[in-house]
Amino acid sequence: MSLWLALVRRDVRLAWNGGLWLPVVFFMLVAILYPFGVGPDAKLLARTGGGVLWVAALLAALLPVDRLIQPDAESGVLDQLAVRGISDEGVASAKLIAHWLSFAPPLMLAAIPAAALVRIDGETLWRLEAGLALGTPALAALGLLVASLTAGLPRAGALAGLLMLPLAVPVLIFGAGSLTAGSGAAMKLLAASSLFIAALTPFAAGAAIRAMRR
Amino acid sequence: MAGAGQLVLHDCALDRGGRRLFSGLSFALEPGDAALVTGPNGAGKSSLTRMIAGLLPVAEGQLTVSGRLALSNESLALDNGAPLGDALSFWTGLDGQGADAVATALDALAIPHLAPVPVRMLSTGQRKRASLARVLASGADIWLLDEPGNGLDTASIPLLEAAMAAHRAAGGIVLAVSHQPLALPGAQDVRIGA
Repeated sequence: MSLWLALVRRDVRLAWNGGLWLPVVFFMLVAILYPFGVGPDAKLLARTGGGVLWVAALLAALLPVDRLIQPDAESGVLDQLAVRGISDEGVASAKLIAHWLSFAPPLMLAAIPAAALVRIDGETLWRLEAGLALGTPALAALGLLVASLTAGLPRAGALAGLLMLPLAVPVLIFGAGSLTAGSGAAMKLLAASSLFIAALTPFAAGAAIRAMRR
Repeated sequence: MAGAGQLVLHDCALDRGGRRLFSGLSFALEPGDAALVTGPNGAGKSSLTRMIAGLLPVAEGQLTVSGRLALSNESLALDNGAPLGDALSFWTGLDGQGADAVATALDALAIPHLAPVPVRMLSTGQRKRASLARVLASGADIWLLDEPGNGLDTASIPLLEAAMAAHRAAGGIVLAVSHQPLALPGAQDVRIGA
């Protein structure tokens, strides 16, 4: 357990030292640009803004993909962990938690000014924040999964998008669907799909890391 | 260092990419023993160290490893941005070694002055020594060293040889793959390929 926590700590520290702000800046840029694109009509912005922020969060989750697995695979860190008898699934789960810790809280903080920019009212903002809290584990997990599948491949970035975005469709549908009043069911389905993806990822990513060695 | 390690290969074979690299490889190393693996390029020497480390599957035969392993190969496995001392401390922390393990290892390889230097600034020879320091500090029973002398200057080779001798004297096992002559008194000669 202390080994596992040491892995989480290392990955969080690496994230804070670089790359942490990239998804947040991207997310904010979308929120800033969107009103320029559709015009200053507050009603239109408020009606569509929440969905746009969900799409932005989804695309922002793609940005850290290339720093999640590839550097550790290349430098031999993953091999050294395996030599020490730490399972690839354990490594993947530590990386998942660490990635979520450095991806979700900054994004949820950024959602507050972003909501103001797209004229979302307070109540919808709360639903957006709750949805992001439930949905970001799935976004982080899909990022890690795709990172472990594409590590070592040339032009992995473009491939990562093609692999990840279709898998993220349920999260997007239920996430955006949970923004309207009385949408408890969408929120529950969002939580369910997020739990499913996050629970599956350590095993899938662990298998991918193992396969990479062969 | 513990002295309870053992490494036994019985009739082992290894496949890479659908091709058999070697087969019928047998040797046994007890505490204090060493083996020097030689062979032509591409014979599977590095793959042998990876197989023993558990990173590659054994195609045939039986591999028995008891005790903890440490592997040094061409992958440094140290965080580029971190100072060398901190990067090594991450691994000694995982290995359950004390706070002075890193300093002792750096001293043994005559690079204590590199501890505050970021890993990405190290030269080829310094990186090799850092990789060896990771093994020295690990407190593992069995050292797997893939070309440990590569890139080392003439002054550093004796340090490496002294470290290996000390490890064996303490009951450790050394398996080294090397093209260069390395002083490993009484080491078994393991020849792969051709």
